[in-house]
Amino acid sequence: MDLSTEPKSLLLDKDYLNDLRRQMFRFALLQISDTAAAEDAVQEALAGALKNAESFTASAAFKTWVFAILKHKITDHFRRQKHLTSEAVDIDTPSDLDDPFKAIGLWSAGKRPGVWPNPDQALEDKHFWRVFDSCLEHLPGQQARVFMMREFIGLSADEICESLSLSVSNLHVLLHRARLRLRGCLEEHWFKVNRP
Amino acid sequence: MMNCRRATRLMSESKERPLSATERMALRVHTMMCSACRRFDGQLDFLSQAAQRYKSKPNPDDEPKA
Repeated sequence: MDLSTEPKSLLLDKDYLNDLRRQMFRFALLQISDTAAAEDAVQEALAGALKNAESFTASAAFKTWVFAILKHKITDHFRRQKHLTSEAVDIDTPSDLDDPFKAIGLWSAGKRPGVWPNPDQALEDKHFWRVFDSCLEHLPGQQARVFMMREFIGLSADEICESLSLSVSNLHVLLHRARLRLRGCLEEHWFKVNRP
Repeated sequence: MMNCRRATRLMSESKERPLSATERMALRVHTMMCSACRRFDGQLDFLSQAAQRYKSKPNPDDEPKA
């Protein structure tokens, strides 16, 4: 394994860190026009991400993680400013816009889980991982964050709740939505497309 | 009332906490009758599996260091 791509050692690389910081700042500035506030959000996101850098052995996952935290910080900023939610920021609405269920709670026709032939094979395919990466990036900020804390880092529900000041039921809702959305995205963009 | 939304919610929650006997029974009855939710159950496990593997996947666009 190429140790030079591990986030822990990457973060000691000044060039990598500056590059990441620059990308994050550009992203934050698109949504927060206040440069000082954008810088603060980036700083806090990096500090928060560094605490868990040890859990990641690959830079791609770590970067997704960092940006998920950044989106959350940006959301916090808007809440503090008491602005109405900015369209550019992914805000988790009470009823998720991507709900795959009909009003009576049954699966919508186009969203019913289909058969996934040989899913284990997908894990060996680099194209699958590109799709997975993309699906992860399309999760709303808070959903991405809790999903990664739970499934990547392996924090317990209580640990996540305490860390993010969430109620347990809040967490369950977020994880449910994240899993529904991620599963749906993978089916739509991989398993439906790659039938043998 | 057990419908697919509730069933998937319970399946998701079972990854964070144990379900009660009543919940498990109601879920089992539903998945016996609903093939979509049966599939969801297995696919949920796949998500966890993929997440675990993802951590150690290198960035596909990384050039090998010279």
